[in-house]
Amino acid sequence: MNNIYRNQLVQLTNSYIKELIREPAVLFWGILFPILMAWGLGIAFTKQGDVIRTVAIVKHNDLLYKPGNSILYDFLAKNAARKNGNYAITISNKKLGKITYIFKECEWHEAYTLLKKGNIAIIVEDFGKYVNYHFDPASSEAQMVFQQISGMLTTGVKFFASHEDEIKPLTITGTRYVDFLVPGLLSMGIMMSTMWGISYTIIERRSKKLLRRMVATPLKKSNFLIALIIARFIMNVIEALLLFVFSWLYFGTCIQGNLFALLAVFIAGNIAFSGIAVLISSHTSNPEVGNGLINAIVTPMMVISGIFVSYHNFPDWTLPVIRNLPLTMLADCVRSIFNEGAGFAQIWFDILVLLLTGSISFVIGLKVFKWY
Amino acid sequence: MVNHTQNIRQSLIEVQNVKKSFKDIKAVKGVNLSIFAGEFIAVLGPNGAGKTTLVEMIEGIQLPDEGKIIISGKEWKNHEKELHKIIGLSLQETRFVDKLTTFETTRLFASFYGLGNNRVNEVLELVGLNDKKKAYVNNLSGGQRQRLALAVALLNKPGILLLDEPTSGLDPNARREIWNILLQLKKENTSLILTTHYMEEAEILCDRIIIMDKGQILAQGTLEEILKQSGKKEVIEFTLHEKINSGDLTNSTLHINWNNNLETGSIVIEDIQLQMSGLFEFLKNKNLTINRFDYRRVTLDDIFTSMTGRHLNE
Repeated sequence: MNNIYRNQLVQLTNSYIKELIREPAVLFWGILFPILMAWGLGIAFTKQGDVIRTVAIVKHNDLLYKPGNSILYDFLAKNAARKNGNYAITISNKKLGKITYIFKECEWHEAYTLLKKGNIAIIVEDFGKYVNYHFDPASSEAQMVFQQISGMLTTGVKFFASHEDEIKPLTITGTRYVDFLVPGLLSMGIMMSTMWGISYTIIERRSKKLLRRMVATPLKKSNFLIALIIARFIMNVIEALLLFVFSWLYFGTCIQGNLFALLAVFIAGNIAFSGIAVLISSHTSNPEVGNGLINAIVTPMMVISGIFVSYHNFPDWTLPVIRNLPLTMLADCVRSIFNEGAGFAQIWFDILVLLLTGSISFVIGLKVFKWY
Repeated sequence: MVNHTQNIRQSLIEVQNVKKSFKDIKAVKGVNLSIFAGEFIAVLGPNGAGKTTLVEMIEGIQLPDEGKIIISGKEWKNHEKELHKIIGLSLQETRFVDKLTTFETTRLFASFYGLGNNRVNEVLELVGLNDKKKAYVNNLSGGQRQRLALAVALLNKPGILLLDEPTSGLDPNARREIWNILLQLKKENTSLILTTHYMEEAEILCDRIIIMDKGQILAQGTLEEILKQSGKKEVIEFTLHEKINSGDLTNSTLHINWNNNLETGSIVIEDIQLQMSGLFEFLKNKNLTINRFDYRRVTLDDIFTSMTGRHLNE
């Protein structure tokens, strides 16, 4: 590369970075926000707080509540405290914490309303000698409530404490939720920052006619895009470092695997998303269309790529698709390096796929790119 | 008419029967044009006349559907790099990056030509933005932004300068500042093509005026030539006491042009006696009375209006 093209690249990169750091909102959303999210979610899922769950009780037909008439009623009368007209029972376990159950007497229509609003997960219908549980078996939350209530009714409030001594909480680094979360956030940060940053800048430049003004000079066209990618990469490195340092200091997160492999997959991830960003913004000059395009790619991956919750519980047929999404690949690799001590041997193939995804998208994007 | 010496001179830009359509709109319908070195040319016409499309084809930003554009003997498809080096341009409404300073913006573009800070300082001096070097683009006034665009266009010391409405939307002072810079360049043998819908701008800056409408050249030449070609010299202008609609004055022999916004009527004079008496007769029959009456020299706008029924600045 001769001097003039190198100089173009330096000046372009320089001005992109200046533009970024002169916009305080960029710094907040790009750098502070992921850290706040790690902190918030990390705290929410690591500290075992007291849980309150509400259950609706519906009386079957003309059942009369008096001692001896209803197993449920007798149980509540014996164990529950009255609270605002409802029954409240707190069950506790030294390792699992406390759970307070609020039993609310309702008519069917009230119970359904509560269910629709998400206030309750289960309706208990009292027949006197026995009860029926109405809930959605697909909801794991409802299943758990069912297990606990039926446990209470058959073996009493003590049932919850029954395996206290056998529960050994895992606190080893690499097995906590926050250890699952931080590599995911790091990967998502690369995707978000790259996709929005690069695509949006391209589309905005095109709509402001700045793009056509720039290429009406001897500017080497690919330099425009490469500088944009380099500037984003530098921002992403800073963002990732800050997020890591924060989680290291606050949660004691550490990297158990190969640092060079981590660097390689980080670069590969940046290249993959940069290529995709160039491709999707190669034509449109309408920022709203751009918005839609970026969202269409980013949102599904954010939800299903196992950033916040593992995708392993999703239906079997979806797994081959999910596993091959660029964000899933990136997050799984970063996670295995962080938590399982993985190195190049385990992730070289994924790195290769990410690099190819990026390069191919970039080349196609550049070919069909609308400069004017 | 182009004079004889210009016909012999080698033209710098040759536009040969160029056509361009967008979907079903024919923006430029067969334009022929020769532009000579050192010539200042104004392309004048209302919005939608095809001025921008024509200029952008010369700039290499758009490709003609038909016809050829030859600049210094070269065409865009084979000589993009060389042509970029000799052309400087400013587009209509380019918005530079808000959070870069005037200096940074110019330096960025300088790097595209392989130029350094010296040239950046020179062009900023030339356009009078020396004291605004550290100002962010979003803090510049409209006139300052246009001057920045001009500075960027001048970086490579272009032999050909193409400016698309460089003073549109500016106040008279800011406009005059830009004119002064351009008049300076005229001494340095730069060729200029500018589009405008200000007659005054064309008159003050340019050697040759090209009037376009609906994708075609209607007339061209120096101001005097165009006025002479038209064979028309004077205009009657009048206002009325009564409120009327433009249709009320339709008359096949008088050719009255009624401007609804200014509430002014005008007639380009061909036979003064006939038209004067005709006008008074006509107004009397319609029970209309004259408020103000004026007799003045014909302008480009009058000629344009008599050709197309529209005004240049529409």
